[in-house]
Amino acid sequence: MRPPSPSIPEKEFLNTALKQQLRIDGRSPLEMRTPKLVFGPELGWVDCSMGKTRVIAYVEGKMVKPTPERPYEGVITINSELSPMASSEYEPGRPSEEEVTITRMLDKVIKRSDAVDKESLCILAGQRVWHIRLTLHFLADAGNMLDCACLAGIVALRHFRRPEVEVIGDDEVIHSPLERAPMPLAIHHSPFCFTFAFFADPETPPILDPSQLEQRLSAGTMSIALNAQKEICVLQKLGGVPQDTEEILRLVKVAVTQAKGLSIFVDAQLMADWSTRKVEVR
Amino acid sequence: MSSSELVFPGQSVPAKHVNLKLGPGLQQQASYSDPSESTVVATKAGLLQHSANRSKWWVDSNSRRYVPAPQESVVGAVTQRQGEGYRVDIGGAHQASLDALAFEGATKRNKPNLKVGSLVYARVSLAHKDMEPELECFDAQTRKSEGYGELKGGFIIRCSLKMCRNLLDPKHFLLPLLGSKFPLESAIGMNGRVWISAKEPRQIIAIARCIEATDPDGGGMDAEGVKALLDTLEV
Repeated sequence: MRPPSPSIPEKEFLNTALKQQLRIDGRSPLEMRTPKLVFGPELGWVDCSMGKTRVIAYVEGKMVKPTPERPYEGVITINSELSPMASSEYEPGRPSEEEVTITRMLDKVIKRSDAVDKESLCILAGQRVWHIRLTLHFLADAGNMLDCACLAGIVALRHFRRPEVEVIGDDEVIHSPLERAPMPLAIHHSPFCFTFAFFADPETPPILDPSQLEQRLSAGTMSIALNAQKEICVLQKLGGVPQDTEEILRLVKVAVTQAKGLSIFVDAQLMADWSTRKVEVR
Repeated sequence: MSSSELVFPGQSVPAKHVNLKLGPGLQQQASYSDPSESTVVATKAGLLQHSANRSKWWVDSNSRRYVPAPQESVVGAVTQRQGEGYRVDIGGAHQASLDALAFEGATKRNKPNLKVGSLVYARVSLAHKDMEPELECFDAQTRKSEGYGELKGGFIIRCSLKMCRNLLDPKHFLLPLLGSKFPLESAIGMNGRVWISAKEPRQIIAIARCIEATDPDGGGMDAEGVKALLDTLEV
């Protein structure tokens, strides 16, 4: 079932409130919801929630034969499927517009930005490489699932540890985690995604991290993916709301400060989780 | 009025009265051995409740998905005009139908004109598991509106079904507390939608945040917590 568009009173109220720089959840226009990360018992399992939006990311590794075109590179695949669990507006089977946008953006942010070093996933050239599979489960949609999914994905990849493999002659020996400490993936940088929503009314300011209602009523969005080193990986603008160069640059600056804050937050969370996983060495 | 016994689906309930009335979550079943005898079993998990004289029984639990029941007030949004009536989204599995003549003072010539996207406060007049629910915006006996009809302006908040019932309870602290700070209008639907209106957008946002914070499905804040939250909102 297609969701009914928001009712007239909701639309009118949101527009009047936003003109006074007020948002329904009490945030200021350029304020993000604080993400919450919960790590699972396994390495590479993370539950990321921003407000009521909730995404679970899970990473697993498998050994496969590489493609003949790229014998020295590992493979990374991302599975992201929106099920009706997130919200009753998503149907099983046919991918919705939202799903296509999220999948393509995740591909650009996590795979094409070369966040994970693929050559380090090679075990034996042309014979064996690691296949890293990132699965995302969208549990609840309260707006801006894209940013939440990107965050969950990158945190899960950084949390993941693969077992160490040793090549002796032509054989490879897999060391169980009990024998040798598992290895983290070689990650070059951690891109974070920030979505801004624009409204048709020029008096309404752009807002960061739109809620579901704001996202539905917006005339267009802009997603910026960048890392804490101020390197923009993806900038994608959807919908036809013309913006000044200066305005875009202002939003990029906002995203830069947010990325720095988020990077420190993620590092701290990963460190805190890692300290609880101390293994006794005998 | 309440016993707080936890029941699970399929569990039999000791409900017996000459004039027995079963509410949500309970079902009467004929026993297999003797068809003239019947037992009452629970159909959902929750706290078993009964009225003081033990004639009315129901199961109290919280959920987010609304199942229409007759005589319940709901807040819905018009999604489509259809011949002599409207299709209204009330948050259930099916859309409800609302006849254009089911309004106070409506005649064949003089009917209310609702746009797609308008909000209505209505009563469920027919709810059957095999049929689409039907709504009405007046009392069928008196033909008066009794507060039902189109809701203009304001804002709609979605909350859990338990929160709706709490808000309808006159003993609940939230609405009197908010009312002591500023004047407000509200229409509480049993379908997890609450329509509110106040003079300033800031006040509407304050109500929305307080309801969300008090919702047992979300924050579950108590009176003290909400008072502290309201003080930070500058209303």
